[in-house]
Amino acid sequence: MIAGYNTISMGTGRKEFHPKKPRPDLEDYIKEAGQAVLKMIGGAEKVDETVFGNFIASRFNQQGHIAGFAPYIDEGLRYKPSVRVEGACGSGALALTTAMRSILAETAEVALVVGVEVQNSVKAVYGADILAAAGWAKERKTGHAYFFPGKFSDRAKAYAEKFGPEKPRDAMARWYENAIENARLCPTAQEYHNTTKDLIACGIQKPNPKGFVDSLNFFDCSKVSDGASAIAVVSEEGLKRCGIDKKDAVEILGFGQAEEDITKPPAEPTRLSTTKVAVQKAFESAGITKEQVGTVECHDCFTIAGIMATEAIGFAEYGKGADFVLEGHTSRKGSVPFNTTGGLIGWGHPTGATGVHQAVTLWEQLTGKAAGAQIDIQPEKPYGLSINMGGDDISVISIVYKKAE
Amino acid sequence: MDYAERLQNVSVLGAAGKMGSGILLLTAIEMADLSLKPENKGKHYVLNAMDVSGEALPGLMRYLKAQVLKAAEKKIVFLREAYAQRKDLITNEQIINQYIEDVLFMVRPTTLLEATYQSHIIFEAIKEDPELKAKIFRQINENSTVTPWFCTNTSSIPIGELDKKAGLDGRLLGVHFYNPPAVQKLVEIIKADHTQPDLVEFANTFAKNLRKIVVPSADFAGFIGNGHFMRDALHGIHEAEALSEKYPFTQAVCMIDKITRDFLIRPMGIFQLIDYVGIDVCSYIMSVMNPYLKDEDLHSSLLHKMIDLGVKGGQNADGSQKDGFLKYEKGRPVAIFDVNKKEYEPVSSLQHACDVELGDAPSSWKPWKALVGDRDKDAFLKGYFAEMKSMDNLGSKLAVKYARRSKEIGLKLVEDKVAFSNEDVNTVLLTGFFHAYGPINEYV
Ligand SMILES: NC(=O)c1ccc[n+]([C@@H]2O[C@H](COP(=O)([O-])OP(=O)(O)OC[C@H]3O[C@@H](n4cnc5c(N)ncnc54)[C@H](O)[C@@H]3O)[C@@H](O)[C@H]2O)c1
Repeated sequence: MIAGYNTISMGTGRKEFHPKKPRPDLEDYIKEAGQAVLKMIGGAEKVDETVFGNFIASRFNQQGHIAGFAPYIDEGLRYKPSVRVEGACGSGALALTTAMRSILAETAEVALVVGVEVQNSVKAVYGADILAAAGWAKERKTGHAYFFPGKFSDRAKAYAEKFGPEKPRDAMARWYENAIENARLCPTAQEYHNTTKDLIACGIQKPNPKGFVDSLNFFDCSKVSDGASAIAVVSEEGLKRCGIDKKDAVEILGFGQAEEDITKPPAEPTRLSTTKVAVQKAFESAGITKEQVGTVECHDCFTIAGIMATEAIGFAEYGKGADFVLEGHTSRKGSVPFNTTGGLIGWGHPTGATGVHQAVTLWEQLTGKAAGAQIDIQPEKPYGLSINMGGDDISVISIVYKKAE
Repeated sequence: MDYAERLQNVSVLGAAGKMGSGILLLTAIEMADLSLKPENKGKHYVLNAMDVSGEALPGLMRYLKAQVLKAAEKKIVFLREAYAQRKDLITNEQIINQYIEDVLFMVRPTTLLEATYQSHIIFEAIKEDPELKAKIFRQINENSTVTPWFCTNTSSIPIGELDKKAGLDGRLLGVHFYNPPAVQKLVEIIKADHTQPDLVEFANTFAKNLRKIVVPSADFAGFIGNGHFMRDALHGIHEAEALSEKYPFTQAVCMIDKITRDFLIRPMGIFQLIDYVGIDVCSYIMSVMNPYLKDEDLHSSLLHKMIDLGVKGGQNADGSQKDGFLKYEKGRPVAIFDVNKKEYEPVSSLQHACDVELGDAPSSWKPWKALVGDRDKDAFLKGYFAEMKSMDNLGSKLAVKYARRSKEIGLKLVEDKVAFSNEDVNTVLLTGFFHAYGPINEYV
């Protein structure tokens, strides 16, 4: 992968954001991110095909048929193949693996991948209806008004019941603090402008079941975001074609994909079982172990999902994820920094773009382009890991990255 | 008849007015929420939105729809549960639309007083005219098919007298909302000597369900809110008049407005507040209160002069501020009225002279918004006023004097038994007027 680019993650928190003022639209984000990548790789003529990741513009923006925006990015993409894939909030990484499969099948040497979502077109209360499509439609009626926060609130509740209420709550607040502190280092992050002094005091706030859900507060949730991320997936041949030095590329060592039955409730709400399988597959396909992972971009759509991810990967034992976080392992100075530009909570969560944003962040970190957010990558732990999740642990894609040599 | 039964048929008089529309909205929501309870299934609810101004009723319904939408969006968690049995309502959007329909279909806009004759509860918010209010109450009472309870929103008229004039036998209670009722947390409840206890209990439950802060006030013209505000305003007017001996009138107004807003850290200056309430309304309320006051003349010839010149303040139908003592652009004061020249003078040409004459506020000063959010307000204010008292400039002197007068007014309300405690006075000013601290304090 080469030439990653993120637009701003737009929404509450950004100084530019005002709910009543006009904002960039879906096509503006696609164009900005797409053109930025084309510029870095030497133009549209280098590209064989385009893959879009988008969850549900058909409802947020009354726009289907996203593939048709490829030539809108650049006329040079006219008459070249383009496809849009969808796997709810996992659409971004699904687009990446779709592109990788093209490269592996040798039907393309250079694939442009663009993830995009524009969600601030509706109020959160209606956005919840739209995002509920990531679950089983037949469950909507009995689900919570805020459907997905409701799902993860149930998980948080089950987790607290099983492993004691205090530690998980503290760890969730700590996760939030880490997320914001990281976001403050990344100018495109939605929480970049956050100046709150006492972040733990926010994160620790008691949930308000009357206004929201039982076991999560607003700070436990990822952001409602507009934005796009794009990157080029290339073969060795493609890399040469684009004239880009290896030191500016990351290599994909392997990936794992797993699917769960959308009509079934989680067998064990305190575990991210599908995530665990996807990560295992990714490790196997890359031939590495968790000890070799230097940094992770995980799908912290809610703080509790971040904590459970540390267990699903195997860093923490089952039930010990809260300790792992509280001991500081996931912070940017910890043994394995997570979500170094803020993740879904701090950087933002333009759903269909998130998987691509994770790839861009890892590409930046592993090639030393993360500027103010840069972490040290130790030679004995050279790998980056991403986990992108669609729905409630339903469609999960995990990818292993390393700086190209 | 229990609380829920009472609310099955309600009328709001003056429903298209500033206060009436808000009271209608709150009542409609309370009634709809009652109707959604399982035990009230199948019961019929009627809310008459009565106003003589027929042309204002369509606008009222549009306002209602927009506001119910907002309210529904906020309480979606409750609504989803309330409509759990409705299999056809799946998304939040469907549920919200159903709720709006359920609220609006209960409301019957009308210009006919006859519509109210079956109501158990009458909320009244027509204009502040004792004769008119009494006449309408009497007419409803004589023609009603039930024994209605009346809740008046009067800002100043004594309840007991109104009750007697209308022949209501203790079925009238003062339920004094603040403007705008949908937003303001405060409700003053004014019981007259003979008001029926059940009615008082009903009103307390109603206000509590609306999540209002209730402060009881004795039945004395002006009650607590206007009892304080009118005297406070009059003090401001007198101070400005005194200053205008030495300074031009516009500058005097500018100075007092600045002292009350900035030096005293209030949400707005006293002249802006008079404009907000309406110069004519203030003058009228003073005239209603004045006959009941001993050793005190609550009256301002300056207000009369302004009214005669047609400068009255108050708000436009869309809620924007009309010009009064001050002229407004986008809600901000930009000029000050010169009663002698009968024209506005820009604030920009007055401000400097005004600032120079007043001098600086204490160095620890912070804006009202910051003070409201300050967790340790008390410590701050102690230090702030101590500093102010040690300062020698005109602004600080006038501000200390103003704060002392404000406190004196508050204490007098308690002494006269209009308010039942110091705390009640402070609560009214904190919640009804958004002050950051109560007038009865130890700072001055
Ligand atoms: N505006 C405030 O800040 C405020 C605050 C508290 C209390 N109040 C009190 O509330 C009452 C209403 O004040 P407002 O500011 O809403 O006035 P308003 O002028 O905005 O509304 C009065 C409404 O009553 C209607 N009306 C007049 N005569 C009527 C009649 N005979 N029958 C039916 N409707 C009639 C008018 O058409 C108008 O729509 C007054 O008693 C006032 O003192 C006002």
